[in-house]
Amino acid sequence: MNKWDLVMGTFRNIHAYLMKFSIYRVKYVGARPRETKTQELVRRFRYNKSAVFGLALILILVFMAIFADFIALNDPNPSPPELENSLKPGFWDENGVEGKPLGTDMLGRCVLSRIVYGARISLSVGFVAVGIATVLGVTIGVLAGYFGRWVDSILMRCVDIIFSFPALLLAIVIVATIGQGLDKAMIAIGIVYSPQMARIMRGSVLYIKEMEYIEAQKAIGSNNIRIIFRHILPNSLSPVIVYGTLLMASAILDAAALGFLGLGAQPPTPEWGAMLSESRFYIVSGAWWAATFPGIAIIFAVLGLNLLGDGLRDILDPRLKT
Amino acid sequence: MKKIILPLICLTVIVSHMTGCVEEQVGEKVLIFGMAGDADKLDPADVTDGESISRMDNIFEGLVEYTPGATDIQPALATSWNVSDDGLNITLDLRKNVKFHDGTDFNADAVVFSFERQYNTTHPYHEYGEWAYWGYMFSDIESVQKINDYQVIIHLKNQNAAMMTSLAMFTVAMVSPTNAEKWGEDAFKHPVGTGPFEFVEWVKDDHITLKKNEDYWRDPPKLDKLIFRVIEDPSSRLLAIQAGEIHGMEYPDPASFESIEDDEDLQLLSQAGMNVGYLAMNTGYGYYDENENGVRDDDESWVKTPGYFEPLTHVSVRKAINYAIDKTSIVENLYKGTAIVAKNGMPPFMLGYNDDIEDYEYDPEMAIELLEQAGYPNGFNTTLWVMPVSRPYMFDPPKIAEAIQSYLANVGINVELYQIDWSTYLEETENGEHPMCLLGWTGDNGDPDNFMNVLYGPNSASIGTAGNVAFYNRSEVQEKFTAALQIYDTDERARLYEEAQVLIHEDAPFVYLAHATQNIVFRSNVKGYTLNPTERKFFYPVDIE
Amino acid sequence: MIWYIIKRLLQLVPVIIGVTIIAFSLIHIAPGDPARTMLGQHATQKEINEIREKYGLDEPIIVQYGIWLSDVLRGDFGRSIMTNDLVINEISSRFPNTIELAVAAMLFAILIGGLAGIISASKQYSVTDYTVMGVALFGISMPVFWLGIMLMMIFGVILGWLPIGGRIDLFIPFQRITGFMIIDAIITFNLPALVSSIRHLILPAVALGTIPMAIIARVTRSSMLEVLRQDFIRTERAKGLSERAVIYKHAVRNAMVPVVTVIGLNFGLLLSGAILTETVFSWPGVGRLVVDAVYERDYPLVVGCILIFAIVFVIVNLITDILYTYIDPRIKYE
Repeated sequence: MNKWDLVMGTFRNIHAYLMKFSIYRVKYVGARPRETKTQELVRRFRYNKSAVFGLALILILVFMAIFADFIALNDPNPSPPELENSLKPGFWDENGVEGKPLGTDMLGRCVLSRIVYGARISLSVGFVAVGIATVLGVTIGVLAGYFGRWVDSILMRCVDIIFSFPALLLAIVIVATIGQGLDKAMIAIGIVYSPQMARIMRGSVLYIKEMEYIEAQKAIGSNNIRIIFRHILPNSLSPVIVYGTLLMASAILDAAALGFLGLGAQPPTPEWGAMLSESRFYIVSGAWWAATFPGIAIIFAVLGLNLLGDGLRDILDPRLKT
Repeated sequence: MKKIILPLICLTVIVSHMTGCVEEQVGEKVLIFGMAGDADKLDPADVTDGESISRMDNIFEGLVEYTPGATDIQPALATSWNVSDDGLNITLDLRKNVKFHDGTDFNADAVVFSFERQYNTTHPYHEYGEWAYWGYMFSDIESVQKINDYQVIIHLKNQNAAMMTSLAMFTVAMVSPTNAEKWGEDAFKHPVGTGPFEFVEWVKDDHITLKKNEDYWRDPPKLDKLIFRVIEDPSSRLLAIQAGEIHGMEYPDPASFESIEDDEDLQLLSQAGMNVGYLAMNTGYGYYDENENGVRDDDESWVKTPGYFEPLTHVSVRKAINYAIDKTSIVENLYKGTAIVAKNGMPPFMLGYNDDIEDYEYDPEMAIELLEQAGYPNGFNTTLWVMPVSRPYMFDPPKIAEAIQSYLANVGINVELYQIDWSTYLEETENGEHPMCLLGWTGDNGDPDNFMNVLYGPNSASIGTAGNVAFYNRSEVQEKFTAALQIYDTDERARLYEEAQVLIHEDAPFVYLAHATQNIVFRSNVKGYTLNPTERKFFYPVDIE
Repeated sequence: MIWYIIKRLLQLVPVIIGVTIIAFSLIHIAPGDPARTMLGQHATQKEINEIREKYGLDEPIIVQYGIWLSDVLRGDFGRSIMTNDLVINEISSRFPNTIELAVAAMLFAILIGGLAGIISASKQYSVTDYTVMGVALFGISMPVFWLGIMLMMIFGVILGWLPIGGRIDLFIPFQRITGFMIIDAIITFNLPALVSSIRHLILPAVALGTIPMAIIARVTRSSMLEVLRQDFIRTERAKGLSERAVIYKHAVRNAMVPVVTVIGLNFGLLLSGAILTETVFSWPGVGRLVVDAVYERDYPLVVGCILIFAIVFVIVNLITDILYTYIDPRIKYE
């Protein structure tokens, strides 16, 4: 080796080292900046119109939920009640009351404020219910998918049994047994949705299990728990996120249904479904606003989550499209 | 595909307008009346709810009946009667040539049967019912005996000034003994009486059909058929009557009165109601009526009720609750003017109403002060029992309960609402399981005893069958009631009742909310219906033009 | 093929057993004495003793389950606490009404939804496409009870075209033969009854069918799009077939396969929706019965209803699976 080779070699080593840095690559070598995986996902997200729209709707609701105290014009449950404002229309009618743009319900409470506070309740119910479903479902799904054979058979049979009840019916029955109330409704819905999560997780686990690098891990002797937590779970995350979002939409609908039937939120909680059932008899007398607007709020939330979920599905895993 | 859609839409529109044609098809006069709930049973002596009573008042009749629109009595199945000088015996002459719907003759045997099965524990049919009203109103009857085929005598244990008017009540309507024999314990599903209408069918939760009794002892009714249809949802009921699907309905929503009055095809009948709606607070102690005599004997001691709640045993706490609730606002805005504010336990036109009593004003600060004095500066938590169905004295109990919940929260009392189905609700409140409950009462016979003694007398604080759901147990009050029932002098009676009301007001076991008006809606072409203060529904004189 | 059916039926057995176990355990999980749970609070001591005998409530739980199951298999679901009538009678008098509602809703959903999906797919990316898909998206986000109330308000209250509750106008005499009101009306040549029962059916069916319609529209569209891309379609077009024939004769048939599965999978939605729709429209069906029963703590009735619902649901899923394999022979019956 001569001196020239040494010099060139050093330069090549430095170049190789500097190639790690994107700014070097872009400015001196003329390469396009390489995206990290996260950046790629964000880019794809931004181009997916429905996902962006859905996210926007959800962010508005989350904002409403968090800052309800500041946004709402009135107390959703004034004490003592202002009964003299019973069933007053909103901004579209000259008989409306100042400061209550969407009208009032039978007990004189501002419909808009109740809807704003209701966002808190619906979002948290959706979140907690799906959370419960995820924890239960992921556990069952991973165990069934990873260990296979008889573990799989038994667990999937149990899942099938729960699956053979229509969702709302099972929720109603569970609430009938454990009692009414918002918290019990959350648990009931969580239990009802865990089979779906379990199936999703199991499918994902089965798919990943076949991959070579899992075989490799086994070959080098990693124990099962390590494999599950470090390799299988992180890679199965995308379907969980997608379905979690979509299930949250259904959870909000079911929570509203339970509230409508009187089995969920108890008075005076401003839950959207309960508001609908309280006020539906006044439509005949002409007071349509108390029942219409909460329903629109529900549509908002569910639509947003559906759009977001659809968009996420497009981005993260087009394979999941049925 | 497009070729099909347009005709399909046209067809749908045509079909939806077709009902108009259908109505004229039926030749006979059928009146369909919309009820808010189905009957519980069709045995007149075994029920306490207005739904069952409404149907049965057209099938059964009693010895006497009310004159239309009032609580005075006139002969019905009894043509004349005589009360003995000591007031302990009533002899009645029965009407001849009356038959039950199944052909059995009406005579003294039927009368004795109708009464005996309720009070005689050894009677073969006694076990088929609970006969709740017997204990409330008729425990003074010792026995009923036949003198001859068309004369009976009623023996009383004590004098009872209200007994004759009570005989017009539905619980002592005449039932056919042959029918009871035939059906045994299912007799309550096959009612047979002497009234203007005969029973045809009962489809549970849907409708009950009655048809004209051709052999009625007066002229037959003008209607050929009378159908009671269950439509629980008040807005559906209103739309049904507006559309002409039904011809009359009960319990219209006060919020819809304006639109009813503006509608030419409908007429709204209203009358001051003989009822009271209240919030009862469980003062804590009841007794077990072991010997089922309707009276608290000395060996039946006061025990804590299941719903015993310490704060409510203090008078100042109960008064605080009275001050905390704005009754005027509730009556104006929730009852929407279909009631008057109540300050006593019975409506103003009753004998013995004490108008001099000053009601508790709406005063939340006073309420907070009283709570502090009683040792509850931060209030407390409790539960309010609410019924889920419309009652004559409270159209929408859950809404009223929510309003009360809000008023009480304002003074630091946090209330949870507990709702349960109506029959269980009655059971649980009769058992004293509640700390607070909403309830009320419609008068049955126009006599003050029917309100005061049944609802506020300590004798009525029997755990399991309580009419006194505040379990109010001040003995002086009971003494006044018992005495008043046995006196015939109306001024003396009035004085006793007025004194009792003062005591009740001082002890404040109730928050009296309202006396609601009675409201029924009919289509404009329905004539001849008279409202009765007892809210019972008599369709005999009704005609459709 | 037959083997596949038998195999699936066998797989069904443990599931149905599981369902019955859940239904049975409800009476025991509920707080309080199971005898009182079955008879209601009114029960006399005599009745309680009878029930304890009959169901062997003092025996070990397995024996109790056995007794209960044998009763159920014979059709004895016990007595309703509310009405004192046999549970099986209560359910069977209302069951046809729910079926009528479900079938009407499904027809509505398939016809309108399928049509929408096909049109949308054949005009992909056009304004029609986006509108239809937008409406469909709204459809699956709507709470069915709100939609029912809105329809009631618009067509019942404001326009007054259609009735808002019940099954039929009551002054019309009719006979019940099969229990299905529309069929009975046709059999007995009862035109007023037929008209009235159809009028009462329209709004609830539309309310109930909207969500499935939206789902079917979306699935039909994506399925059609996939099929339209395939080679054999190009062949048909090359042969000179009109676009309409291509779509309707060839594409639709192939596109229907996943739609059938989707219908089956979403049948549960239909049942849940029926519960809510029946409540809103006062429809005398099993859905409203369940709600009333739960509210009144009428456990025997609740248990009976859940069993019926679950069994219907399971059977429909089975039929869907079988139909699916029948329609598409490419699917392996694993």
